Parts: sequence; structure tokens; C-alpha cells
Amino acid sequence: MGLENTLFESLPDVVTVKLDAVINWARKSSLWPATFGLACCAIEMMNTVSARNDLSRFGAETFRASPRQADVMIVSGRVSRKMAPVLRRIYDQMPEPKWVISMGACATSGGVFDNYAIVQGVDKIVPVDIYVPGCPPRPEMLVHAIMMLQDKIMKESYKDRRDTIEAESRVSLVPGTLPVTEGTALERETEIEVAQNKASRPYTVPSRHEKRRSS
Amino acid sequence: MGTEKLHEFVEKLKGENAGWIGDVKEAFGEVTITVPRESITEVCTSLRDNHGFDLLADLCGADRGPEEDPRFEVNYHLFSTIHYNRLRLKVVLSEDDPHAASVEPLWKTANWHERETYDLFGVIFDGHPDLRRILLPSEFDGHALRKDYPLRGYEPYSLS
Repeated sequence: MGLENTLFESLPDVVTVKLDAVINWARKSSLWPATFGLACCAIEMMNTVSARNDLSRFGAETFRASPRQADVMIVSGRVSRKMAPVLRRIYDQMPEPKWVISMGACATSGGVFDNYAIVQGVDKIVPVDIYVPGCPPRPEMLVHAIMMLQDKIMKESYKDRRDTIEAESRVSLVPGTLPVTEGTALERETEIEVAQNKASRPYTVPSRHEKRRSS
Repeated sequence: MGTEKLHEFVEKLKGENAGWIGDVKEAFGEVTITVPRESITEVCTSLRDNHGFDLLADLCGADRGPEEDPRFEVNYHLFSTIHYNRLRLKVVLSEDDPHAASVEPLWKTANWHERETYDLFGVIFDGHPDLRRILLPSEFDGHALRKDYPLRGYEPYSLS
């Protein structure tokens, strides 16, 4: 292609570099988002991948249907309370390193849906790296979010991004996050354990958003 | 289109059992019959088997407000694919005793409709084979479409 020739002419055979820099560079250059469209923002997300905006210029065009192959979860749209445990489960299924982009006003804060059915911000369920405002955000804004995420990744250390130990991750799954339908054995066990103070339901800490509203 | 045909059905029903028909209302070319709670299954069976109303187009609840008594309504929208008429049945229920007989044995489609009405209004359908929430999460507290349900819910959300 010609690029190699130029490189070989201008660089020595061996280059020393920080391991973090190489790993982060590799990670940020091929971010694989999980396909997780929730509402109208998903249409803009599809548009971002399309030819006009062409997210593949930044290495993030490979939307995976399986969370086990994905690095980034783009939460595109309002998260209903019924979808919340599903979303958390998909997040838990993603291997490290993983990042979350909260796309749009609804995913970020509930948006116009300030009611009983919608989770008021996806940061109550999963940790969010980048928030994208807009209703819906333009594809350019999502591209910008991906670029901001890439900058953020370059500042990380690979040591902070290890998979949790298997036993530990299993424990974190148990209380209440799995059952989607009613009356599973797991749900009953969890309720009994909670009643006996053996376990606590996770993620009950209100987000900053919620605190601000109540005060 | 006139409603003479519909009133014919009302008269026929009255002929079968006068106790079935409570109040008959006509508005916008539609006829609504208020049926006593105990006889809704019999009325529906008769309409389905003898008068050709073979389709339950919709079943929905309504809340008139916590100050009203009776507070709840259950509306049955019947349709006939034979003579193309629509008839609405109405059952009113008090807040203390929101029980109605299930029409699931008559129309299988009532299964999910009654679950929805139970989910959002708290009307309990006796005889329903699987009465549990259908739209809201299973651990949801309260019934969301009741007039006295707060818009943001009883408690702030937590994933539990």
C-alpha cells in the first residue's frame, strides 16, 4: 500500500511504547457496539452507521447482535421499568472492557417521560461513560460521543478493566436482576434473603439526578 | 346507520330474561347495555350462541374516580362477523368489591384483555385461568390507570 514502506524508512525496527498506550489504541480503534435500540433514538443510531455519516471511519460500525462480542452499549431511547432488568442483564453479559453511552434525553434523564413507567436516567441501572443530549441527537452528535469515548479510553489503564472473578460476578447477578417474569424460584429466594437481611437488592442508590429533584 | 337492529337485540335479550338488562343508552349510533355483574357470563353466552355476536372486539376497564360509587366499569365491545353489528356491554363495580366473572371461557382473546384490565385497574376476574400482570413489571406496586395513582408512582425507582 505504500504506508509500510514509508514507516520502515522513517522508523527503526523496534519501537518502545507504554503497554497502556498500545492496548488503549487497539481498543479505541475497534469499538464494537451492542445492538440495543429502544426507541426513536435507535433510528438515528442506524443512520449513524449508514453511508452518509459512516461510523466505520472511527472503527465503531460493527454492531454485534450478541452482548458477549460487544464493547459499547449505546442505550438509545427511553428505558421502561420492565426493560431495566433486561438492560442490566445484557450489560452484565458484556465482557470487560465495556462502556456505556446514554443516547438522548430519555436515556439520560427520562426526558419528557417523567412518570411511573420510565426509568429516570439509565445511570440508575448501569454506569454511564458518555451522555449525549438531544431528542433525538443528530448522528453527528453520536459520532462525537464515540470520539469522546475514544479520548476517554486513551486515558484509561488496562489494569482497571479486568473481568470480575467468576464467583464474584455470579454473586452480583443473584439479587433481583434476573427474573423478568413473575414467580421464579430465584425471585422468591431473593425476597426471602432480603427479608432475612442476608442479601440486599443492588443499585438502590438514587442517582444525582434523583437527589436533586427531591431536595 | 340506524340503531333499530341493535334495539331488536336488546328486546330479544329482554324477552329471554328481563333481569339481564339494566340500563340502555344510545349515543353516536351505538348502543350500550348495562348488565348486572352476576349475569354477564349468561348474557355473553346468549349473544354469542343465539344472536351471532361471535367476536369480542375489545374488553377494557374504566375508572370513574375515587369519589364515585360504583367506581369501576368493565366494557365489553362485541362484534358480529355475520350481520356486522356492534354492541357494547357494561358492568359497573364498586371499589370495595371489584370482582367480575371472566369471559375467557367464551372468547380466548379475553385472556389478555382481562389481564390488562387487572393490571391497570385492579379489577379481579373470577374464573380467569392465569390472572397476573401483563404490561407492567410483575413487582409493580398499585394499578397505574386508577385516577388516584400518582403519575410518578408510589416510590422512586430502584432495580429490585
